Amino acid sequence: MDSEITLRVDGAAHELTVDVRTTLLDALRERLRITSPKKGCDHGQCGACTVLLDGRRVNSCLVLAVTVGESEVTTSDGLAVDGEPHALHRSFVDRDAFQCGYCTPGQICSAAGMIAEARAGWPSAVTADVTEAPNLTDAEIRERMSGNLCRCAAYAHIVPAVAAVAEAEGVRR
Amino acid sequence: MREFRYERAADPAAAVALLAAAPGGAFLAGGTNLVDLMKLGVATPDLLVDVRRLTSTEVDDLPDGGLRIGAAVPNADLAADRRVRERYPVLAQALLAGASGQLRNRATTGGNLLQRTRCGYFTDVTTPCNKRTPGSGCGALEGVHRNHAVLGQTLDGPGTCVATHPSDMAVALLALDAVVLVLGPGGERRVPLAELHRLPGEDPSRDTSLRHGELITAVDLPPLDLASRYRKARDRASYAFALVSVAAALRVEDGVVADVRLALGGVAHRPWRATAAEQALRGRPTTEEAFTAAADAELAAATPLRDNEFKVPLARNLVVRTLLDLVEASR
Repeated sequence: MDSEITLRVDGAAHELTVDVRTTLLDALRERLRITSPKKGCDHGQCGACTVLLDGRRVNSCLVLAVTVGESEVTTSDGLAVDGEPHALHRSFVDRDAFQCGYCTPGQICSAAGMIAEARAGWPSAVTADVTEAPNLTDAEIRERMSGNLCRCAAYAHIVPAVAAVAEAEGVRR
Repeated sequence: MREFRYERAADPAAAVALLAAAPGGAFLAGGTNLVDLMKLGVATPDLLVDVRRLTSTEVDDLPDGGLRIGAAVPNADLAADRRVRERYPVLAQALLAGASGQLRNRATTGGNLLQRTRCGYFTDVTTPCNKRTPGSGCGALEGVHRNHAVLGQTLDGPGTCVATHPSDMAVALLALDAVVLVLGPGGERRVPLAELHRLPGEDPSRDTSLRHGELITAVDLPPLDLASRYRKARDRASYAFALVSVAAALRVEDGVVADVRLALGGVAHRPWRATAAEQALRGRPTTEEAFTAAADAELAAATPLRDNEFKVPLARNLVVRTLLDLVEASR
């Protein structure tokens, strides 16, 4: 079964006809040639496909494109403003927070979503008192980023890269 | 992935009618489990009825002081809800102990309850599994079963199944005496959470008591006047299913247990209400000895497999530690 859909990605609207089995990840990569979301496991386990859907991080490999509707999709590419890298892009480069780079766009989208969650006051599994506003310690960052795997194991640099931006955003004290 | 028709409905009743007329169809909510199972060939619906925008995404106060959770409330939003964090910390903690940030943003309350087991034989269509393909056998019974059930399994016959229910949230909801609101072709009914999930019995293909076409529309939480807490043991520090988990609520008066709720995850085909332990605890002093005896009373029925005997002492120790933490917190 085919369906005509409009995908709003990084500020642009794209009309396309998709087989309803098509995931958002495959629609982005194979149909729209927007390749910053990566296909790692294709089962929602590795986080390489992470995008923001109306500002919230999701695994695009588990979202059927036909269900996206009017929602705004933001990829790592779309986080750039007027061609200038996002603070997370700069921080990852400055702190050498990758080796092969395959997981990086997913890490960056996930970190952007995660910092917004912390700004909204959401607790995590390592927040001692779930009624308190979170402080993005290294342990909090590791817990909240656990849905993004890095097989080069660049975590030792990813955590400080995310921490620097969290501090600038006022969610790490 | 097998081909399917994709339909939206105007309202929940229309969605129920669509699915009731399609025996091979399924509801689609967040899709975090169903889409994966479809990729694996484990789920092969010929119709998907999208219900993600049909049920409520709100958590509402109930007149009795409880909460009504819309079926479409994402796991992340429920864990972040101020009322849940203050009044039902066990539920916030259970939600936060499950999955990843990305998955919690997409997964819904109704869908979380209906997720399927992560048994490696269930998810691998090349192996026998009575839950996926009734009558094909159980690969886990003599195979890789370190993370399988120790209570309430079906250990022989055509219904053999040693799978566990994977949800953390459901364990907390069970301890909280939650009630599931269900809309079916015949109208609405209320299903206590304790009656939602099944043991495998003779038919492990059925996880729940819901009938085809029935849609979860909301979950009601009764008010809680006990301190509560969720604790989970797993192989990784984060983003792993429970080996064993405990949802506990406790009220201490004059040094004895005035009221207690206890449920276990990762030990059975359904979230396991520890009624024997609860009974053994009421009116008893809040000591490690009394808590250990109560846990042992519950676990006396355990029938662990070759490689998961460790779950029995793990469950006992988790129960004792969680109860002692609650005593400490209520001082």
